[in-house]
Amino acid sequence: MTVMPPFPIDEIDRRIIKATQAGLPLCQRPYAAVAGDVGVSEGEVIRRLRRMLEARIVRRVAAVPNHYRLGYVANGMTVWDVDDDAVLELGSAVGRLPFVSHSYLRPRHRPAWPYNLFAMVHGKSRAEADEKAAVIAGLLGDACHGHAILYSTRILKKTGLRLGA
Amino acid sequence: MAKHVLGETDRRVVNALQEGFPLTERPFAVAAQTLGLSETDLIDRVRRLREDGWLTRFGPMFDADRLGGGTTLAAMTVPEEDYERVAEQVNAHPEVAHNYAREHALNMWFVIASERSEQINTVIAAIEAETGLSVYAMPKEHEFFVEARFEA
Repeated sequence: MTVMPPFPIDEIDRRIIKATQAGLPLCQRPYAAVAGDVGVSEGEVIRRLRRMLEARIVRRVAAVPNHYRLGYVANGMTVWDVDDDAVLELGSAVGRLPFVSHSYLRPRHRPAWPYNLFAMVHGKSRAEADEKAAVIAGLLGDACHGHAILYSTRILKKTGLRLGA
Repeated sequence: MAKHVLGETDRRVVNALQEGFPLTERPFAVAAQTLGLSETDLIDRVRRLREDGWLTRFGPMFDADRLGGGTTLAAMTVPEEDYERVAEQVNAHPEVAHNYAREHALNMWFVIASERSEQINTVIAAIEAETGLSVYAMPKEHEFFVEARFEA
């Protein structure tokens, strides 16, 4: 299994995470502003964030657009029942498709839930998202024995992940 | 009143900053140079894009799993007449980070995240006891690398 082991972080890392998890300060020297909150130097904040990025504790430092605002209103969780001995290779290929934003292998719960491969696709219409799902279906071919697209109809909660909540 | 259409420069800013933001002393100056903008213009634009809701986040994105905690996706089949009550009961748990209504027999999908992985099962048991419904836990067994971005 390729889940990476937890990476040890110390109290200063935790303070940096807490100071930045809601977003970076919008000023000329944002890492200096974080450093002021945390009580270390600006260079120390940058070094520690770089280290956490290399260790994949930080996935990216970047902007996340509101994809609904950008017009991507059809957000489908596509789910696929793929042969166990082929799913790692095929899942990697699905993840490389330019329109797939997340892709995971998850346990089945038969009979209610036969699907093991999850891929989120987004379109400006359901027709566009359905076309993208058809591309995935073509890629999976005979190794796939069934699929579904679960469109979201409502966000019931979205607070993000929070340390020390 | 927030604008409903992004201007050409804002569009380039949204697309470029999705790719990443520098870890240097003057990161806005570095990013602005690539975009052909001034540092202060870029800072002002990012502030406005956040305030107007075009950006939901700007900064480091942390992976809760790598911090030694745990997360799982979970799903329930909720009868339509109980849907609002159950949504409130599920959302009341601070460990529930996201919750979406989806069109399927399994019609409520949420993410449970905790710094202590053993807490995940406690939350699932509590939700089952409070709602009287079964929770299907679907923790990720593998995460496939993705590169997708949303073109503004």
